[in-house]
Amino acid sequence: MKRAATGTRTAALDRLVARPEVGALLGALLVFAFFSVTTERFLSTAGVATWLDDASTLGIMAVAVALLMVGGEFDLSAGVLTASTALVTAVLATELGWNTWAALPVSLVFALAVGVLNGWLVVRTGLPSFIVTLGTFLALQGLNLGVTRLVTGTVQVSGMRSADGYASAGYLFASTVDVGGTAFPVSILWWLLATAVASVVLLRTGFGNRVFAVGGSAAAARAVGVPVLRTKVALFTTTAFAAWLVGTTNVLRFAGVQANQGIGLEFQYIVAAVIGGCLLTGGFGSAVGAALGALIFGMARQGIVYANWDSDWFQLFLGAMLLAAVLVNNALRRRAERVRP
Amino acid sequence: MTSTRPALALAGPVLAGLALLAACSGPTASRDDDPATQAPTAGELRVAVISHGTAGDAFWNVVKNGATAAGEQLGVAVDYHSDGDPARQATLVDNAVSQRVGGIVVSLANPDALKTSVQNAVRAGIPVITINSGSGRSAEFGALAHVGQEEDVAGEQAGRRLREAGRGKLLCVIHEAGNIGLDQRCDGARTGFGGTATTLQVDINNPTDVEARIKGALQTDTSVDAVLALNPQVAVSAVNAVKGASSRAAVATFDLNGDVTDAIKAGDVLFAVDQQQYEQGYLPIVMLKLHHDNANTVGGGRPVLTGPGFVDRSNVDRVAEYAERGTR
Repeated sequence: MKRAATGTRTAALDRLVARPEVGALLGALLVFAFFSVTTERFLSTAGVATWLDDASTLGIMAVAVALLMVGGEFDLSAGVLTASTALVTAVLATELGWNTWAALPVSLVFALAVGVLNGWLVVRTGLPSFIVTLGTFLALQGLNLGVTRLVTGTVQVSGMRSADGYASAGYLFASTVDVGGTAFPVSILWWLLATAVASVVLLRTGFGNRVFAVGGSAAAARAVGVPVLRTKVALFTTTAFAAWLVGTTNVLRFAGVQANQGIGLEFQYIVAAVIGGCLLTGGFGSAVGAALGALIFGMARQGIVYANWDSDWFQLFLGAMLLAAVLVNNALRRRAERVRP
Repeated sequence: MTSTRPALALAGPVLAGLALLAACSGPTASRDDDPATQAPTAGELRVAVISHGTAGDAFWNVVKNGATAAGEQLGVAVDYHSDGDPARQATLVDNAVSQRVGGIVVSLANPDALKTSVQNAVRAGIPVITINSGSGRSAEFGALAHVGQEEDVAGEQAGRRLREAGRGKLLCVIHEAGNIGLDQRCDGARTGFGGTATTLQVDINNPTDVEARIKGALQTDTSVDAVLALNPQVAVSAVNAVKGASSRAAVATFDLNGDVTDAIKAGDVLFAVDQQQYEQGYLPIVMLKLHHDNANTVGGGRPVLTGPGFVDRSNVDRVAEYAERGTR
């Protein structure tokens, strides 16, 4: 959106509404204002810590998924992969007695391998990523349960706290930062970092341009010499890396992992990215928007608790939120297309 | 595009806001302050009940009913929240702490994941009572008491009853992949049963799948003559599967609902292990109320057991009407 400023107010407004994250920003402000006014403790430091915590791990994934969706693909295996990576780390550390620092690279390699496999299959077969990653999702789900029961005889791997190197690794991934007497989980910092990096990569680098190109039209991108395979594999690998980061955060923070964790979360990542302005058709979207989408999720999920509402209604709210966000994004995008020179 | 478009663009978030406003507000406890009939209270008490059940789970609905009823009767404001994901359940505990509730009731299906949050609650001076699972870790986390059923004990008794009914080969159906208590039930059942016992993994969120898999297992191994379900919804599917596979297997189950009591009456289900989970919702509210008003504790450091009770043809009629109204 680098148009010369014409100086008129409409041009400025046009440029603003042409940004994909503006709908999410409005939504986030609205949800924030609503719960701040209607509940007592939403705005207390402990309250803020709670909903930022809730949004952080979702946000890390949503940002990576947003990049992938701008590149025109889905990853349904992302949710389960957070559990798979955690299980690899936990099994190596607790069952085989590895040092945590030795187990983490192994689970990272495992995650990257899944990402490369996803990307390679999607590009080489030409099948929709929806189908390919659905297969990976189901395979990982079975692997999680099967391997866990095989190795531990039960369905949880616990006891991370007694593994070597747990404390130092935990310091990096699962510690808390004290702000005004309230503990803020370090995953919030990771989330901010992930958003910043993803946003810079998407908007300020050649790779970011290639992502928009392959998402907009893979054929056209290929015709002008964009390496489609490499770009898409890099995107799937990024999602897998984010899943490893979230899985690591979870396994260190909660000192264990359940075999059925992460199932169903993949849609939350997509919803957060879509609220943040990503199009299902690719070629349009924003990392900051996805982070805001995750923030809306976190604020709503915890805000409903602060408001003492029946949590049964959460999904209804989420559905309404998603539809509203999509309508807004759609309206704004049409406007943006109109003002493009 | 006309100039009304931006207005339309703003309509979305506004609609979302309205959707928020339209949701119901929480329960407000009715209070009747008659000093003659009530112990002196130390002011308003708000308790958060945080379980690992999925939304819409029949078992947890009874726990919720128990907590809600106790809250209404004792003038305690009760909020019920649940999330099957241990990380998010921990976040809900953090949320309750930041709201400075007067008491927290939490189920420990995954004790390690909840350790930090529960200990933080205790450190913040909030009395915590653990329910349903995790009795072994309850005291270590600093909880006042634990209310629940010992899964291995209950499983063992269920296995023994099936053995006494003259059964020789058991199929134990596990319906949640991440729940350690279910494994303990099957392990206990295997111990008590003494014969051959195999486990079968199914997905509780998909009733069709549950029925089909049990049916498949019964058709594959026709010598299976006992099916132990760990959940009433699974029990109903198991009954259908047994009929569909023309198997002679007896079905027994953990936990009750209206369908299970009907099946016991009809002779389709041999017995149900009832952990009387209504008490797991009700008793903690009573205990927290006593602790709040009178500094009492209950249980003497041991778990307060709500089960196993057994429901079979001898007592099913009485229990059935209670199951019907969602309290058994």
